[in-house]
Amino acid sequence: MGFAQAFKMAVKSIFSNKVRSFLTMLGVIIGVGSVIAAVALAQGSTKQITDSIQGLGTNLIHITIMGRNSNRNVTYDKLQEFAENNKEEVTYIVPQINGNATVKVGTKTRNTSLIGTSPEYEHMMSKHPQAGRFLSSFDIDYMQKVAVIGTAVANDVFEGKNPVGQKIKIDGQVFKVVGVLEEKAGGQDQSDDDQIIIPINVAQRLSRNSVIRNFTVQASTPEAVDSVMEKLNAFLTKIYGDENAFLVLNQAQILSMLDDVTGIMMIVLGGIAAISLVVGGIGIMNIMLVSVSERTREIGIRKAIGAKRRNILIQFLIEAIMVTGIGGIIGVLLGVSIIRFVIGSIDLITPVYSPFWILFSFGISLAVGVVFGMFPAYKASKLNPIEALRFE
Amino acid sequence: MIRIIDMCKEYRMGDTIVKALDNVSLHIKQHEFVAIVGPSGSGKSTLMNMIGCLDTPTSGTYYLDGKEVSKLSDNQLAEIRSRKIGFIFQSFNLLQKLTALENVELPLVYQGVRAKERHRRAKEALESVGLGERMHHKPTELSGGQQQRVAIARALVSNPPIILADEPTGNLDSKSGEDIMKILKELHGKGNTIVLITHDNNVALQAKRIVRIEDGKILQDRGVD
Repeated sequence: MGFAQAFKMAVKSIFSNKVRSFLTMLGVIIGVGSVIAAVALAQGSTKQITDSIQGLGTNLIHITIMGRNSNRNVTYDKLQEFAENNKEEVTYIVPQINGNATVKVGTKTRNTSLIGTSPEYEHMMSKHPQAGRFLSSFDIDYMQKVAVIGTAVANDVFEGKNPVGQKIKIDGQVFKVVGVLEEKAGGQDQSDDDQIIIPINVAQRLSRNSVIRNFTVQASTPEAVDSVMEKLNAFLTKIYGDENAFLVLNQAQILSMLDDVTGIMMIVLGGIAAISLVVGGIGIMNIMLVSVSERTREIGIRKAIGAKRRNILIQFLIEAIMVTGIGGIIGVLLGVSIIRFVIGSIDLITPVYSPFWILFSFGISLAVGVVFGMFPAYKASKLNPIEALRFE
Repeated sequence: MIRIIDMCKEYRMGDTIVKALDNVSLHIKQHEFVAIVGPSGSGKSTLMNMIGCLDTPTSGTYYLDGKEVSKLSDNQLAEIRSRKIGFIFQSFNLLQKLTALENVELPLVYQGVRAKERHRRAKEALESVGLGERMHHKPTELSGGQQQRVAIARALVSNPPIILADEPTGNLDSKSGEDIMKILKELHGKGNTIVLITHDNNVALQAKRIVRIEDGKILQDRGVD
């Protein structure tokens, strides 16, 4: 008996019991669908983060201050001094305070993200004004209440009027708009355009938080990164007296940390997928066992007229594999439509379709059919034809 | 064709051992039409299972078509059943989900006959039992007599040397039963070897030879005029 014939018989049997077959498949459908969707979500968000980090350039070093001791603190001034002493290797040191603020012009208000920083931020992050100017050192020195705004903010609260020179209220305080940032290409990622930049020391006062926890250091060349990191570590250790009070990381380290997180996420996903497929597989085994005992007589007849053990085994095995295979295909379609219509509708994440994971989860669904179909098929093939024929 | 020598079959029922067949020897030649009769529990079903290669004896030998089959494995027995024996059962034993034609094709499927050839031969077999018109019907759409005729076609389709009929008229009204017996007689006329198992003397009398079995032993073996 050829495989084509066994295939035909399996199709017949599956379609003559549509509801049951579908319910049997459900475990596999949900398993495969959710794996594909979850992987797309995870890979999509990882790719986005990775891209934005890589977009910043390779010779950046990030300093995060974690210590709570406010008596000993590295200040912007001290770090500038450090930059001055290592002119050869350090191009910029840029402090950063991130937060949220409510801005108001006339009666229009908007919530947006607030960045307090220094003039060098413009060059380091390539955020140039399309109108007006960026922050200047004068603004820092004299703590000017000036703001550079993103296009999303400009279009919203100024409603098309030229914002440069206009007044804007940030958390109740009046600022003067000195510039509007260039619009970032794509437009999908709103966060780059939906922000407002003010002088670092003004931001410190505004947020009543005198500690600056984030600095970005740009080394003059990629080769200088390691030596600058070493010097920064020594410098900060001297200030804090504790190596654990701060974190100095370069791009590569951040990316590898991200890789670790992604790896863990993938393991968790894999685990969930494995569990759901095992559950689906047990369901299939269960139904197949019921089906074998329901069809005992059929098996007896087939054996009496010449079916060998192998024929019966293959028949039931192919049936199980087809159930999981069809379940796998429906699961893939389900997963892809979740990516397309659910995840795709969230602006923040561009899902990544991963052919590997799609094929992999489909392959696993077939394997589930083989593994969990084997026992019932074996049981069927072992039936004694005399007893099977007597079965009512 | 069939040569059974000193065959015993024992079953264990709890603590006691039941001898379903007790030193049975039987010789059936080609083109014979033999009826095996006996009351229920006499061992005739066991004998049929032996002749049909569905079971293996506890002791004794069985030559089928010149080949010893009493010690073959399950798979070898399946092969013998497929090539040498056409079964006709009391309860027809057709697959309900398949059409008459597909049911008749099934033995050929397991012999690995190609679809086209299978189709042609199954059609021929159905026509020979007068069911050419109804070959695309499912068993549930056929009467008992028609279902048994489909079963006969299935038994014939692979041209087996022996046709083994187990109470073929048992589930049929007398008219359909007569039809079935007529077909069997025709087959015998065409040269088939037929072994008929029954408890009904009137049916048995239509065979050419009657073997009476009781308590696992052959009681009587005589020809019919």
